Amino acid sequence: MLNAIWAVMILMAVIYGSLTGHMSTVTDAALDSAGEAISLCITMAGVVALWMGLMEIAQKAGLIEKLTRGIAPFLKYMFPRIPAKHPAREYIATNIIANVLGLGWACTPAGLKAMEELAKLEAERGNPEYLESGGSLTEDSGSTGQKAGTKNYDSSYKGKNSAYPQKAGKRGADIGKQRWEDAVKNRRASNEMCTFLILNISSLQLIPVNMIAYRAQYGSANPTAIIVPAIAATLFSSFVAVVYCKLKDHGKGRGKEV
Amino acid sequence: MNVLAHLSDIVIPILIFFIVGYGFVSKVKVYETFLKGAKDGLKIVVDIVPTLIGLLVAVGMLRASGFFDMLGTLLGPVTTAIGLPAQLMPLLVVKLFSSSAATGLVLDVFRTSGPDSYAGMLTSILMSCTETVFYTMSVYFLAAKVTKTRYTLTGALLATLAGTVASVVLTKWMV
Repeated sequence: MLNAIWAVMILMAVIYGSLTGHMSTVTDAALDSAGEAISLCITMAGVVALWMGLMEIAQKAGLIEKLTRGIAPFLKYMFPRIPAKHPAREYIATNIIANVLGLGWACTPAGLKAMEELAKLEAERGNPEYLESGGSLTEDSGSTGQKAGTKNYDSSYKGKNSAYPQKAGKRGADIGKQRWEDAVKNRRASNEMCTFLILNISSLQLIPVNMIAYRAQYGSANPTAIIVPAIAATLFSSFVAVVYCKLKDHGKGRGKEV
Repeated sequence: MNVLAHLSDIVIPILIFFIVGYGFVSKVKVYETFLKGAKDGLKIVVDIVPTLIGLLVAVGMLRASGFFDMLGTLLGPVTTAIGLPAQLMPLLVVKLFSSSAATGLVLDVFRTSGPDSYAGMLTSILMSCTETVFYTMSVYFLAAKVTKTRYTLTGALLATLAGTVASVVLTKWMV
């Protein structure tokens, strides 16, 4: 993605600059911007180091873990059909808290793990698109003691299976290899995945650390003035995300049509 | 300034007080721990130096070529009517694809209009409230090998739109 954006920006700058006769300013801009990037990083280094230092203390003191456990009721509300002890819940919680605290490095790995766990959950539910092979279902659900969960969700997902007419009833165990590959190639996101990603993108963030550093670098009289309005804006976007996900989750995919 | 700015002033001191206090009371070696975290923070910044150079150069060149001015005169009359300076249009689009490319454009707004101007405040709030839609979706769905993303995109764009509207309203109130 970035390859295309970057190339287009550079090429367009040179083409447009040559058409409008701005070539010398373009040259200056290229050299100046490179230097500017370095001075920006020096300002940023201080702010980011301060924040990460504080977060390390919060981590050691168990604050972050506490927060992660604290949002369990919210997760239960947003993801009512993920079994209570399922690892997906834990990863989603870690991802959300890392997002809120601006811990980018902790955020993505936990998020990717959450997606993998949600895919496994679909396999446990017997969604044919997610079965690793015709018969891997038993392996999957046996390993981490989630048999109870699997059973509960079988019934609610029977209807879902019927959305795949060719595999109806038998939980996909008898699909031929070709059909199985087709199913996997057209894997559809589960409701939980949609909800998780929409929440993630609407990203609740407490302190926009980078933005504050940039504002300081460019001479803002009050770099932190944006904290509260930013929280208000992010709360609103997340609220809209929650309402939308809830509507979608109720309307469709509840063991009916997807 | 106004209420929001005043509230913002006290968030950081309170947060620092709370975290250090909590750590101290729970017998964490606060200072040593802080140093370790700060060191990790520096490493993160060092990692993004090349990215910032690449993007700032690209945006700087594009600005110098006169392309943004052209875009501004073209879109200005339409967008300013809804509270979005034309200057922000490239940012709004690029932000959907890549947050680091957007950062380059943010800094351009700060440089040309100043971070405390209407455009600067709006940019600051806007950038703090939603993530890059397409980048996040492609990375996360790849992890689950999902190709049909169903209602994710609509929801994500809706949340982004909500964040944008909220940012415009709040900035109008503040500046």
